Amino acid sequence: MLCNICAKNPATVHLTEIIDNQMNELHLCEECARQKSAQMEQKFGLSDLLAGMVDFDKVAKEAESIVPKCPNCGLTYTDFKKIGRLGCGECYGAFKKYLAPLLKRIHGSSQHIGKAPAVKATGRAFKKKQPDLQELRNKLQKAIETEAFEEAAKIRDQIKEIERKQPEIKK
Amino acid sequence: MKLDDLLKHTSEWLKGTGPNSDIVISTRIRLARNLNKLPFPHWANKKQSGEALQAIEESFNKVDYLKKATVFKLAEINSIDKQLLVERHLMSFEHTQKTDYKAVAIEEEEIVAIMINEEDHMRIQVMQSGFNLFEAWNIINRIDECLAKELSIAYSSDWGYLTACPTNAGTAMRGSVMLHLPALVMTRSIDRVLAAISKLSFTTRGLYGEGTQATGNFFQISNQVSLGLSEDEIVNNINGLIRQIIEQEKQARELMLSRNKSLLEDRVYRSLGILKSARIITSQETTELLSMVRLGVDLEMVKDINRQTINELFIITQPAHLQKIENKKLSSNERDSKRAELIRSKLKI
Ligand SMILES: [Zn+2]
Ligand SMILES: [Zn+2]
Repeated sequence: MLCNICAKNPATVHLTEIIDNQMNELHLCEECARQKSAQMEQKFGLSDLLAGMVDFDKVAKEAESIVPKCPNCGLTYTDFKKIGRLGCGECYGAFKKYLAPLLKRIHGSSQHIGKAPAVKATGRAFKKKQPDLQELRNKLQKAIETEAFEEAAKIRDQIKEIERKQPEIKK
Repeated sequence: MKLDDLLKHTSEWLKGTGPNSDIVISTRIRLARNLNKLPFPHWANKKQSGEALQAIEESFNKVDYLKKATVFKLAEINSIDKQLLVERHLMSFEHTQKTDYKAVAIEEEEIVAIMINEEDHMRIQVMQSGFNLFEAWNIINRIDECLAKELSIAYSSDWGYLTACPTNAGTAMRGSVMLHLPALVMTRSIDRVLAAISKLSFTTRGLYGEGTQATGNFFQISNQVSLGLSEDEIVNNINGLIRQIIEQEKQARELMLSRNKSLLEDRVYRSLGILKSARIITSQETTELLSMVRLGVDLEMVKDINRQTINELFIITQPAHLQKIENKKLSSNERDSKRAELIRSKLKI
């Protein structure tokens, strides 16, 4: 297989991006992959995702007029779009509205179900609890009572997801 | 431990032992971890980078696995040594650039290595010989638990471990398995296998030779998705996929043996012949020939050379290793002759 860019050298770096359930394969030689590597990290991962995302672009444009900024590190959402890296952990909270669809797009999910860090020895507490089933069921009840159906649907999906994954979590 | 001591022993992952080591070279798991509220390395100022480095380095004293680790500051080591660490897979090429406040902690056996202030504050990696995902996960999980008791880690219950790039968020875990698949390549089945892998959101990369030359028979397969799956699920998914690839390579090897044994033997022994007699040899040719000889060893055609010798040759014939062994800077031409000399001495029976 020859490199997709230079069509000269054998392709040894194989990359796949899944965008809108469409698979794009790129087969590159090392030289072309190296040259692309700076872009690869950002473009392949992020900019392509950003570009391919119509709804997200709309949100992002709205965002530019307000330019949300992380109160902890000062990085703006525009900075993030430019460099493809967030500034600190707090950025995730600051840009939550825009990051949620992006993460969903990258990973096919926007809910962490893996492990959480242990509490620091000094006693500093972390939000490390998994969303608790009972808690979610209460929330669902409340959402239905207040006729917040969109919210209710979201919570229902979360519950389903947890129930589906539970055997693995326990193990 | 001094950097030069690395040359005196074989890294754990090159030992050629462990499950399925006739096909799987090594298994690696890495976790990305960041300090709570402190800006990520690319966005941090000098004071903050220094703070991160100090806090992380101090925490190592309290972690059993890391008590015997040595921390190397990248700004304090020369370019050949930096390259040496990359060749031994102890750190990334990116980590050799803009070295201020960057460091790498290396544990004696080279099983554990932690990059400090690379893309994230910490990139913890655990390497194992052969196909050993579960053991690698057990070790890295224990280290991670200990570190989390000493450091405030950036984490959210929604998005898990928070990383500089959102493509790593969630478990912030990447499992990679390095496979040697000469029979799938020779029987031209590899493209089909790679296409199947990519449909499952896994990435495949080759193993690099010197400079821009790449080598064909080595493939590193890793998971792409890190959010929405638990660590166990990720490990199980990689495990299932790799099992299938191992099976396919085995079948391809059997097919070649049953149909073309003498042709295969011819290729193996010609490769060994060149390695034993060449006076000038490039890094790329070395890797290609070693790959064939390794296949010969794995199929028990070649009985007087062990796998560890072959594995070791893959690494010590790399540019930085050659220059360390010779203890001086060598031009590309000089390296090609020294490489041939080194290979002859190692394969002399
Ligand atoms: Zn190319
Ligand atoms: Zn921030």
